[in-house]
Amino acid sequence: MAQAIAFYVIAACILGFGVLVISTKDTVHSVLFLVLDFLFVAALYVLLGAPFLAAIQVLVYAGGIVVLYLFVVMLVNLKRPPEAHSDPHRRTKLGFGLAAAVLVELGAIAAQGYAHPAAAIAAPATAAIPVSGNTEQVGWLLYTSYLIPFEIASMLLLVAMIGAIVLAKREL
Amino acid sequence: MIDQLLIPLLKIVIVLNATLVGVTYMVLLERKVIAWAQSRLGPMRVGPYGVLQPIADAIKLMIKEDITPVRADRWVFTAAPIISMVPALIVYAVIPFGPTIHLFGRPVSLYITDINVGLLYIVSVASVGVYGIILAGYASNSKYPLLASLRASAQLISYEVAVTLTLVSVILMAGSLSMVEIVNAQYNQHAWFVFLQPVAFVIVLIGGLAETNRAPFDLPEAEQELTGGFHTEYSGMRFALFFLAEYANMIVVSSVVVTLFFGGWLPPLPNTAWAHFLYYVPSWAWFLIKSFCFLYLFIWIRATLPRYRYDQLMNIGWKVLIPLAIANLVVTGIVKVLVM
Repeated sequence: MAQAIAFYVIAACILGFGVLVISTKDTVHSVLFLVLDFLFVAALYVLLGAPFLAAIQVLVYAGGIVVLYLFVVMLVNLKRPPEAHSDPHRRTKLGFGLAAAVLVELGAIAAQGYAHPAAAIAAPATAAIPVSGNTEQVGWLLYTSYLIPFEIASMLLLVAMIGAIVLAKREL
Repeated sequence: MIDQLLIPLLKIVIVLNATLVGVTYMVLLERKVIAWAQSRLGPMRVGPYGVLQPIADAIKLMIKEDITPVRADRWVFTAAPIISMVPALIVYAVIPFGPTIHLFGRPVSLYITDINVGLLYIVSVASVGVYGIILAGYASNSKYPLLASLRASAQLISYEVAVTLTLVSVILMAGSLSMVEIVNAQYNQHAWFVFLQPVAFVIVLIGGLAETNRAPFDLPEAEQELTGGFHTEYSGMRFALFFLAEYANMIVVSSVVVTLFFGGWLPPLPNTAWAHFLYYVPSWAWFLIKSFCFLYLFIWIRATLPRYRYDQLMNIGWKVLIPLAIANLVVTGIVKVLVM
């Protein structure tokens, strides 16, 4: 019961701040709402019993990536008022179409979940993990079952980093 | 009921109040020590030897006029000092001041909580604290605070990388992220980690100085260039909050260094038979003595070393500390595999 209440409060905060992120005019305020949003997502992870993921969420997203966003926003528009869009209502139909597609997709997923409740939460072989503790389990899974996806993700990040350096620095 | 609600609440009240009192007296200690280092007396007027000076300062700051610049971003300007202060205080939730002891026949742990990801929690909360400085500089809508906050955020982000990478080698030694388990690992290995990880200790100490904006890394508050740094436009209690946050962060850094490298609440030569008499000193006293030594060291460094230039600061961070941290991590990993 208490968990359900906590979940709905956190979920409402996430959605509310999400709406504020896209509806606020001031870009810096919008970035700040994004930070709050990420913090509540971290709270959701804590509620789900994943403290490691929650700490990483705060460290990487709220504390790392959004600081860089803020940097860029502060450096780009130093107190120049935001320019009005030439036609804010263009592509309204496309927007509604995309939103409807996402809604249908979510509905399909929810219907699938209700139809096959066991399949929705198929925990892959949690019994086979020989370590206890959330951090240890995440580490064990990353370096055994999910080693190749993990390495591919690391390679992608490395490539992105080298690409950024090459783009930013013309003479190496 | 008592175990789940009352004792944790009491512990939180005690830790928060002790921290705030400690922070105000840290300010006095700093003024005194720097005065002695410069052959002065420091504050002498309020109370004997100026011991009541922090109280006078607090009253002065509270009754001062609180000014918000006209063109400031009002909401963010108000929120920035709070964002600085809160992370500095909630970190104390996982710092172990001692092991579990028996008080009035009831087991009481001398830490607020021991979570599985303690060290990661500290790092992530500290990374959120950066926002206070960035936003203060941005919201003031004034050039010096903005320059200072850009400097500060570049500095904090750079040194955070080195410190976090170094902490991984400590985690490798301890095999856990929990602060209590890290201290227990030092007990089981019969040595403080400073003897097993001296390079890591130096990197964390330098990074800690840089992350708390202390001399010689106090570029965000360089008075000569920036008139006062990111809090130039702040006055009264809001200014005091930034000040308190900085000192609270200093206490956090020294407690974390003590916990990770100097055995936390353990005496020197932990778990050694002939040195067992050292356990007659209570565990929390060892912790406080060691933390105090580091706080004194921070003040001593400020009184001794001149400030670095900005390019020197970046060179130390990126070209010295980060490669050193990676090398230390690799060597620690190899040694650990070979020993096991």
